[in-house]
Amino acid sequence: MRALTWHGKHDVRVETVDDPEIVNPRDAIIRITSTAICGSDLHLYDGYIPTMKAGDILGHEFMGEVVETGPGSTLKKGQRVVVPFTISCGSCFHCGKHQYSACDNGLPADNQDIAQAIYGQPMAGLFGYSHMTGGYAGGQAEYVRVPFSDVGPIVVPDGVDDDKVLFLSDILPTGWMAAENAQIEPGDTVAVWGCGPVGLFAVQSAFLMGAERVIAIDHFPHRLELARRFGAETINYEESKTYEALMEMTGGIGPDACIDAVGLEAHGFFADNVWDQIKVATFMGTDRAHSIRQAILACRKGGRVSMPAVYGGFVDKFPLGAFMEKGLTLKTGQTHVQHYMPGLLNAIMEDKIDTTFLISHRLPLEQAAEGYRMFHDRQNEVTKIVLKRGMQPARDA
Amino acid sequence: MSDDAPLTTAKQDDAAAQAADSLVEAKGDDLIGKTVTIDRPREELYAFWRDVGNLPLFLENVVAVEPLDDRRSRWVVKAPAGSTVEWVSAITEDRPGETIAWASEEGADVPNSGRVDFRDAPGGRGCWVTATILYDPPGGFIGKAIAKMFQREPAIQARRDLRRFKQLMETGEIATSARNRREYEEEGT
Ligand SMILES: NC(=O)c1ccc[n+]([C@@H]2O[C@H](COP(=O)([O-])OP(=O)(O)OC[C@H]3O[C@@H](n4cnc5c(N)ncnc54)[C@H](O)[C@@H]3O)[C@@H](O)[C@H]2O)c1
Ligand SMILES: [Zn+2]
Ligand SMILES: [Zn+2]
Repeated sequence: MRALTWHGKHDVRVETVDDPEIVNPRDAIIRITSTAICGSDLHLYDGYIPTMKAGDILGHEFMGEVVETGPGSTLKKGQRVVVPFTISCGSCFHCGKHQYSACDNGLPADNQDIAQAIYGQPMAGLFGYSHMTGGYAGGQAEYVRVPFSDVGPIVVPDGVDDDKVLFLSDILPTGWMAAENAQIEPGDTVAVWGCGPVGLFAVQSAFLMGAERVIAIDHFPHRLELARRFGAETINYEESKTYEALMEMTGGIGPDACIDAVGLEAHGFFADNVWDQIKVATFMGTDRAHSIRQAILACRKGGRVSMPAVYGGFVDKFPLGAFMEKGLTLKTGQTHVQHYMPGLLNAIMEDKIDTTFLISHRLPLEQAAEGYRMFHDRQNEVTKIVLKRGMQPARDA
Repeated sequence: MSDDAPLTTAKQDDAAAQAADSLVEAKGDDLIGKTVTIDRPREELYAFWRDVGNLPLFLENVVAVEPLDDRRSRWVVKAPAGSTVEWVSAITEDRPGETIAWASEEGADVPNSGRVDFRDAPGGRGCWVTATILYDPPGGFIGKAIAKMFQREPAIQARRDLRRFKQLMETGEIATSARNRREYEEEGT
């Protein structure tokens, strides 16, 4: 089959590789019809993520058609499914509590050591995201092997366009969980740092959960414009002082809930972060955790901070004093995708949530490498690239 | 010891000697021990482990365990350069649903003994499975190579094996990132 493979910094290629097969009883093989490039894929592309191997297949946002099932799968050939980016077993203690991203059994036993060392306990597996998250081949390919296929993938009705449901795989549930973690109450003003896909879905979700106002913060004019389309007020942090603007825009109170959808680097495990911790040699934090600091400072007393943004390791100058004195609550975590998929599929079917607005470009899988380059170089207007099976190549994308 | 922590987490060195006291027939000096919580009933886990032919399914270095009689079994274990080592192991304590202890018989390539305890986990969370293993790193040339393999991180090996046991019992399979059967077979060698 054809697949987008990683070979090093700024070197991804569409190549012919071996087809995937059923290996474990609960597996299914999916023939992929649509797959997106995620902001976090850019960190693989930029070579920041350790434990990558040449030839690894990328991609964790994908959907397609079931073509083969193991004896333990509940899927049927021909069904269309969206696959969560987290690989969770569905039968451990954490899955039982619907804390799917904390699954005990999603990672191969040998791959659990690094997470155990850094985080204290191993986490769920991820598709197409280095060997420390399991070494699973991703979905920017013609076919993919999906483990625990009786738990992860959600079946979508025939006739619904891929573009409407594809983001159930990651960013829509992530934006939704971010808003849920903000524990929004009627009358609330919610501030959202970052108007990438996650932030934009958090804006929509916050309104659906009853926020009276949402203030969106970014510096890309096009992304702020998208937030405004959903009813958010905006702050361009290159033109205005974020903290001062937030205080003035909330009558000196501060937002009731603050959502950090920026993070260190998307899905960010940072090479030096990770290795520093393994060595426990240096506690030098990175100085990039600006948005979470600002969120804690701006948040009203007794308010809530939600952090969908990924932080890989230690953070320097975390304002623990402000956090304690103001009595804030912080909720965070990798998204429990499987928990949110059914409800969000309904919301899409009932047109309560708009997903397709995000897609700025569609390309055939064969042009995936070009897609990475575009996404990397032009963040303002390239909000989301979806790779399509069987699409005719465009001459100028 | 003045606290309630298990001996396998002790900072001082004579923990192995103390742990040996709890074994019916101690063989070996190096102590490793790990506990894993498995969300299955104690009796079921005990029964699966007691059926020693199942053990190679999740003990990575074990090629085969052949029952000789009700208590004794022949173990074939991977060694460097594609070779194997063998020993006969005898169950020294067997309490259904609770404990299996064993010791290798005279002439083992790698003398070892240990026990697996199965306890109800608090809060109705299934079962705590604790493996405590004592073993003697072998001498000689081949011994050095074996030692290297086993000693690389014997505690890590035990932890990984227990994780595989947990995966098999909780999910019915052992997680793998192999993309096809060929890769899967290569992983196993
Ligand atoms: N929790 C999860 O399971 C999960 C899942 C997916 C993504 N994420 C994380 O969510 C975060 C956002 O993901 P994304 O795909 O939307 O990323 P993205 O990179 O597309 O968007 C981030 C946005 O933040 C803006 N930004 C940068 N610095 C800022 C600042 N100081 N203040 C305000 N805005 C700022 C950028 O201009 C960009 O538009 C990332 O950290 C990602 O790793 C988490
Ligand atoms: Zn993603
Ligand atoms: Zn699980």
